[in-house]
Amino acid sequence: MSHHLIEARDVWFAYPQGADVLRGLSFRITHGEAVGLIGCNGAGKSTLLMHLNGFLTPRCGEIRIGDTPLTAQTVAAARRAVGVVFQDPDDQLFMPTVAEDVAFGPLNLGLPLDEVAQRVGAALERVGMTSVRERPPYKLSAGEKRAVAIATVLAMMPDILVMDEPTSSLDSRGRRRLIELLRGFEHTRIIATHDLELVVEICSRVLIMDEGRIVADGPARTILGDRELLHAHGLERPHSLSHAHAHTAE
Amino acid sequence: MAVESEGAVENNGVVRTAMGFGSIMNNSYGIGRMGIWRMDEMGGQATPLHRMDARIKILTVFIFIGFVMSFPRYEISALMPFFLFPLVLMGRAGIPPSYIFKKVLIASPFALAVGIFNPWLDPAPMIRVGGIFVSGGWLSFLSILIRFSLTVSVALTLLACTGIQRLCDGMGRMGVPQVLVVQLQLLYRYLFVVVEEGGRLGRGLALRAGPRSRITLRTYGALVGHLLLRSLDRAQRVYQAMASRGYTGETRMMHPPVLRRVDLLFLVGWVLFFGVARYWNLAGQMGRLLIGGGR
Repeated sequence: MSHHLIEARDVWFAYPQGADVLRGLSFRITHGEAVGLIGCNGAGKSTLLMHLNGFLTPRCGEIRIGDTPLTAQTVAAARRAVGVVFQDPDDQLFMPTVAEDVAFGPLNLGLPLDEVAQRVGAALERVGMTSVRERPPYKLSAGEKRAVAIATVLAMMPDILVMDEPTSSLDSRGRRRLIELLRGFEHTRIIATHDLELVVEICSRVLIMDEGRIVADGPARTILGDRELLHAHGLERPHSLSHAHAHTAE
Repeated sequence: MAVESEGAVENNGVVRTAMGFGSIMNNSYGIGRMGIWRMDEMGGQATPLHRMDARIKILTVFIFIGFVMSFPRYEISALMPFFLFPLVLMGRAGIPPSYIFKKVLIASPFALAVGIFNPWLDPAPMIRVGGIFVSGGWLSFLSILIRFSLTVSVALTLLACTGIQRLCDGMGRMGVPQVLVVQLQLLYRYLFVVVEEGGRLGRGLALRAGPRSRITLRTYGALVGHLLLRSLDRAQRVYQAMASRGYTGETRMMHPPVLRRVDLLFLVGWVLFFGVARYWNLAGQMGRLLIGGGR
């Protein structure tokens, strides 16, 4: 059974005493896809992300992870399958040392201690943060924090990675390293961001959200090259797609 | 402000400007934040004392507190040898006594409030020191302060030489209900959230308040309300981050402690010492030995 796919079927949601934030939203993301979720502020991106691992439950419609609908009974399994990297790493890191922070998740899964240690080592290695493993997280730079936050999620070995604004507050070098890292992942990836250049580099597919709906869903280059479409939803065409000369990564 | 500038401060230049205004909130933010992180850092060390089974330390501390509380109300000198326990713990765990001392000072108003009226309530003279009669009230007040310093410094040292995770784990294994352990853990976590959010608010205030403007009660009220709402929001996100990593209320340790014979020796040794210090006034004996008087 594959957990790598994630599906929303006609999801509606409203916060208490509020108007609908998600209004009949559907999509299906399959194994190994890297999907950019874009849209202006207040479009409902973060609310949607909160649905993907069961922190919010749709008023009607359903979310499916793999072949299972996300319900109160399956939420634990869903959280295991879907790793969320939060927008602010400070919300995610709270143990006295980096290594303990990365171990927090695997320990909660009840894994044997040697397996936990091995996963911590592997996750830190993957994000290139082995050298800071004994340091307190609050002393790290923004880029290091972000990498460690990703390691904490990788150590859970999720099938699907969900990220909220992964490049916010990173400098150019930190952003570049993160892009290389994200590109190397084989997970199904959903990245909510305003950084459209990031989407160009990583994602094969793009969903545009506006007023709680998916208003466009298609190949990244097609959608991000469509100036009228982007403009209609408060977005701008990324510079690298706006004219013909080469934009290499370096 | 080394920690401040290394931490997640968005814009160091801005912080310095704000500090330049001499904002009280901002300064206390820095100190509070450093203090709170420092406690966390100390608790995370790996000295033999840190790695000792937390249950042994908790038990010894409780027995210690029991002994300290068991003295008669006017006792002063016999309490002195008990300072050895926190001092030895600090020494073994590499905790600077000045750090704990400052924390004790912060909590001292409570003890002062408890004992401050004793000199008036109990004015009968008890002893003579250099020609001046000292009343029972003053003695019991002093005794309260000493007991307060002893117990609070030991409790803080326990936290600093164990760390909240190991402490909670130990409590859990001693049979403290899980609900209470989780409360304690989250309360501790929440402290950090409030301090950090408070710091951000303080910075915002310092930037807009002029150098000499005073915080009115109205602003203060709005500020505190804001602090509550923001901390609640942030606490929610922290909790969600924990839950998405499989947190269900139970935490496991990366290096679960093993009970060794040395640990039991620690317990027995200290309890013996407390017993001896309780029934023989060690400080008094020492004084008699040194100056040969006392009758």
